[in-house]
Amino acid sequence: MLGFLLTRVGKAAVVLLCITVLNFLLIHLAPGDPAMVMAGEAGEADPEFIAQLRAQFGLDRPLYVQLWSYVSSVAQLDLGYSYRQNLPVLDLILQRLPATLLLSLSAFVISLGLGVLAGTIAASRQGKPADTLISTIALLFYATPLFWFALMAVLLFSVKLDWLPGYGFETIRSGYTGMERVLDIAAHLVMPAFTLGLFLMAVYVRMTRASMLEVNKHDYVRTARAKGLRPALIQRRHVLRNAILPVVTLAGLQAGQLVGGAVLIETVFAWPGIGRLMFEALAQRDYNVLLGVFVVSAAMVLMFNLVTDLAYRLVDPRIRTT
Amino acid sequence: MTHHTDTPAAPSAAIPIVRIEGLSVALPEGADRPYAVDHTSIDMYAGRILCVVGESGSGKSMSANAMMGLLPEGVRAVKGRILLGDENLLAFSEEKMRDIRGRRIGMIFQEPMSALNPLMRVADQIAEVFEAHGLLTPAERQARAVELLTEVGLPDPKRAARAYPFQLSGGQRQRVVIAMALALEPEVLIADEPTTALDVTTQAQILALIRKLQVERGMAVMFITHDFGVVAEIADDVVVMQCGQIVEQGPARAVLDAPQHDYTQRLLAAIPRLTLAPRAMPDFAPLLEVRDIRRTYVSGGGLFRPVRRVDAVRDVSFTLGKGETLGIVGESGSGKSSLGRCLVRLQPADAGSVTMEGREILDLKGEDLRQLHRRVQMIFQDPFSSLNPRITVGRTIADGPIAFGMSRAEAMDRARALLERVGLNAAAATRYPHEFSGGQRQRIGIARALALEPEVIVADEAVSALDVSIQAQVLELLDEIKRDLGLSLIFITHDLRVAAQICDRVMVMQQGACIEIGPAHQIFSAPEQAYTRSLIEAIPGRARDLAGQAA
Amino acid sequence: MLDFLKRFAGNRGAVIGALLLVVTLLLAIFSPMLYPQSPWAIAQRPFLEPFTTEGYLMGTDTLGRNVASGLAHGAYISLLIGLISTLVSLAIGIPLGACAGYFGGWVDDILMRVTEFFQVIPTFAFAVVLVAILQPSLTSIITAIALVSWPPVARLLRGEVLALKSREFIEAAQLSGQSSTTIILRQIMPNTLSPVVVMSSMMIATAILTESALSFMGLGDPEIMSWGYMVGAGRTVIRQAWWISFFPGLAILLTVLAFNLIGEGLNDALNPRLRKRG
Repeated sequence: MLGFLLTRVGKAAVVLLCITVLNFLLIHLAPGDPAMVMAGEAGEADPEFIAQLRAQFGLDRPLYVQLWSYVSSVAQLDLGYSYRQNLPVLDLILQRLPATLLLSLSAFVISLGLGVLAGTIAASRQGKPADTLISTIALLFYATPLFWFALMAVLLFSVKLDWLPGYGFETIRSGYTGMERVLDIAAHLVMPAFTLGLFLMAVYVRMTRASMLEVNKHDYVRTARAKGLRPALIQRRHVLRNAILPVVTLAGLQAGQLVGGAVLIETVFAWPGIGRLMFEALAQRDYNVLLGVFVVSAAMVLMFNLVTDLAYRLVDPRIRTT
Repeated sequence: MTHHTDTPAAPSAAIPIVRIEGLSVALPEGADRPYAVDHTSIDMYAGRILCVVGESGSGKSMSANAMMGLLPEGVRAVKGRILLGDENLLAFSEEKMRDIRGRRIGMIFQEPMSALNPLMRVADQIAEVFEAHGLLTPAERQARAVELLTEVGLPDPKRAARAYPFQLSGGQRQRVVIAMALALEPEVLIADEPTTALDVTTQAQILALIRKLQVERGMAVMFITHDFGVVAEIADDVVVMQCGQIVEQGPARAVLDAPQHDYTQRLLAAIPRLTLAPRAMPDFAPLLEVRDIRRTYVSGGGLFRPVRRVDAVRDVSFTLGKGETLGIVGESGSGKSSLGRCLVRLQPADAGSVTMEGREILDLKGEDLRQLHRRVQMIFQDPFSSLNPRITVGRTIADGPIAFGMSRAEAMDRARALLERVGLNAAAATRYPHEFSGGQRQRIGIARALALEPEVIVADEAVSALDVSIQAQVLELLDEIKRDLGLSLIFITHDLRVAAQICDRVMVMQQGACIEIGPAHQIFSAPEQAYTRSLIEAIPGRARDLAGQAA
Repeated sequence: MLDFLKRFAGNRGAVIGALLLVVTLLLAIFSPMLYPQSPWAIAQRPFLEPFTTEGYLMGTDTLGRNVASGLAHGAYISLLIGLISTLVSLAIGIPLGACAGYFGGWVDDILMRVTEFFQVIPTFAFAVVLVAILQPSLTSIITAIALVSWPPVARLLRGEVLALKSREFIEAAQLSGQSSTTIILRQIMPNTLSPVVVMSSMMIATAILTESALSFMGLGDPEIMSWGYMVGAGRTVIRQAWWISFFPGLAILLTVLAFNLIGEGLNDALNPRLRKRG
């Protein structure tokens, strides 16, 4: 187990290193002078400022030296400086990270929970109205642009019905504390978390359903029936437990979607996470922030993958004991 | 090995435990025939084993599935009754059937590798049988599970109880399935090809176990099989099925020794005989010299995993003569297939030498290796995966000659001629593989191997996937072609009966090593090694062959 | 072939998908004739409500541009980007996957490490960064989408080729003296066609979604009217003018749905073995 963990952490480190190199290449690929790019083509076309940047990044030195200094600074968690916001990028991201973690974890739990539940129901009522309904809804969600659905949700639940707050993390200047504040944040969280979870939910519904139908054909399900077990028990103990394994693997692989979706959802709901930060950085051409968010979101995805892999190993004895 | 115990014929006054009356099982629309089972009547008696025999597609499993209420989707029992005691199972609700399953009728299946839930411990899976019927406390169920595992002869039953299925061998898993089926001491046991997926020695053990438990408990057993050898081994009564209908039924002795229906006669005649007259052994001129060939599989070897080495083939040496048929026999994992694949260079050998007329072939590369394949060809096992589904049969055969520079028209002519040679129509050349049956596909595979006019053909389990009647025809064809063309044949098989029929000499392999090699009649009549002896003694129905010889 | 068409036509979802696609295609082809004026042109007063004025079925946006015209012209660009970026990712993924599967060993190791890398990086964030730094244009958008979507193709191909490689007919082809190139192109590739076709349909759907999300974020080609851009443009005025965002979003949904339905239909029709799914 320790060996497995070490290997995986090592792999993740290599991936992060590659992403850093990729970032470096991107900066140099961008049209124009890297210094200008780093300055975010700042309105201040002050030649002195640019010159200072050039010196700071050592743009006059050979490329591999630049690469080395860039990689080593990222390795020391120095993601550069945002000249727009006058703050180190890492500080900016760390400020925003909790909101994004809250959002994506809630969305993940919602999508996996509801997805597996609905998929199970659909599979056990294959061909019946419940299955048709669930499958159709999943198909629709699978095709729905997240950002559009988010806008429509705001329109319906916030503008028309006034049930839920339409934007933000909490009510500003409400002075809420303790439980009141928690409930306030929870109310703000409902719409973003559900809309973000919808696409993934559709993925999990389809996957769970297909996987359960597949497992249903296995010989051991017939063995279970030959024992005289009740169908509900067979479904839960024999089918679902085996069918869930590929879904867990998929859940890990889909973590990237969650982070990508968060960018869109945070933009629509003005949720103060790193996705929103990315959107703001885009508008301001603040590339340092953009690249920083990219690295951090990649790190998040890697963490997610690691956790799902661990979960998989706990469920499947064939891997656990070898 | 159990020797067939002669159970007296069932007294005509005895009341059957199970009475299948006029059962018809309908297949879904679009199937090749309307009924899987057509108007079938079978009686089963306590303390007797009834074998239902037939080739694939004969519907032999369907009556059993109907009895369990476990028919595949779209398949329904439309006529007749299945009486257990005096209750008609076909009229039972699903709820009532659940009570019957496991408690009054137990069932074991063909594939022990997939019959157990991979995520549950063995004991939990056995305990479930009690749970399903609301019997015993959880602790008692676990204790019973261990007792049952002891009873079915698993070594170290306490450990086996805690194991997951993947930690057990095929034979051990089949014992677990038997333990589950017998947990509630059912009156009736259905065994659907329970030994087909097992090696011959394991098969013999499982057959003995089923026989022993059946006698101890006085159960009625329905044993479904395609193998008359197994029938001879275990049956008290026999039902022979063909295309959903019973063509013959009666006491085992009567059906086996004096079959009435010509289908039964044909099936029995198709079984390769074990008793061999010493064959004339001409002095074959040596063609292929194999010296100390070795093949080692290396697996694992990650950062934190130890490297695992398995010697699939260990220092095997033999000589293949010109025009000779050499059989390589062994159980699964004996290395016989690896050896064959090394010889045709589909796999690299790790050490040793193979010379063909003095020339080393193990280190041939590039064009030289390509040229070797004009002389050494292979016939494969699986008639369904050995032909490319998207290429016409004629083109598949012609591809080899074309690759060696023959014009397309000429190659297609040769393909058509070869198709006729293997007993198919030349017009078959333009058709696709899915239009042919398993036996026909195997003939196409033979034609493909002949297309390059090789001198040596390695046939890897070439008839193992075929029904016994088809198997006999393909074997005959192979033998005839071999003689006509003066080919040398290396015939790899797990089936000793087949080897006995076709081979001049036989080599026995175990765990990668050659145990014994010699003329076929000598290997079968006077084996020198204990392992060879145990293999031969485990062949089902052998006693009958010997008796036949004596008579 | 006829058999295949019959099976495809027997699938209700697939037929609906095909019809939706035909409508979108017609809209894309005839948009210059239906709305000869540029979709960027200010045609009427802003915030014109839908279903009120003839010729402005879907109303106008914040500047007075015709929403229906934007919708028609956007159809062309969505389909174009979906198709081209999918073709590009197939062109990357198919050879990589096929080589990895067929040659195995270190070739497989290296190619699969690269594939894994592209698979674990968060795809949308990567696409955003790429387009932003390369400057938004049709080329950069297609490049970005293709770069993030090829790994599943490579994995699919590798898996298929691995499975096929162990089939005996490939070994037979090796023994009959055919070269690796012949074997890959003649024996293996035709057998991977059905899963690739099915996946392509699903990939076009995903590409259209990604393109619309990029445009929504303001990363569309500034020259080209696209559905995602339209939704984004209406975002800030959603309270006053729902229709500006609503119609283009619906168009995205229906087009993506069409490709997904067609993909499923193809899957069922090309793999008769699985056809009997409820």
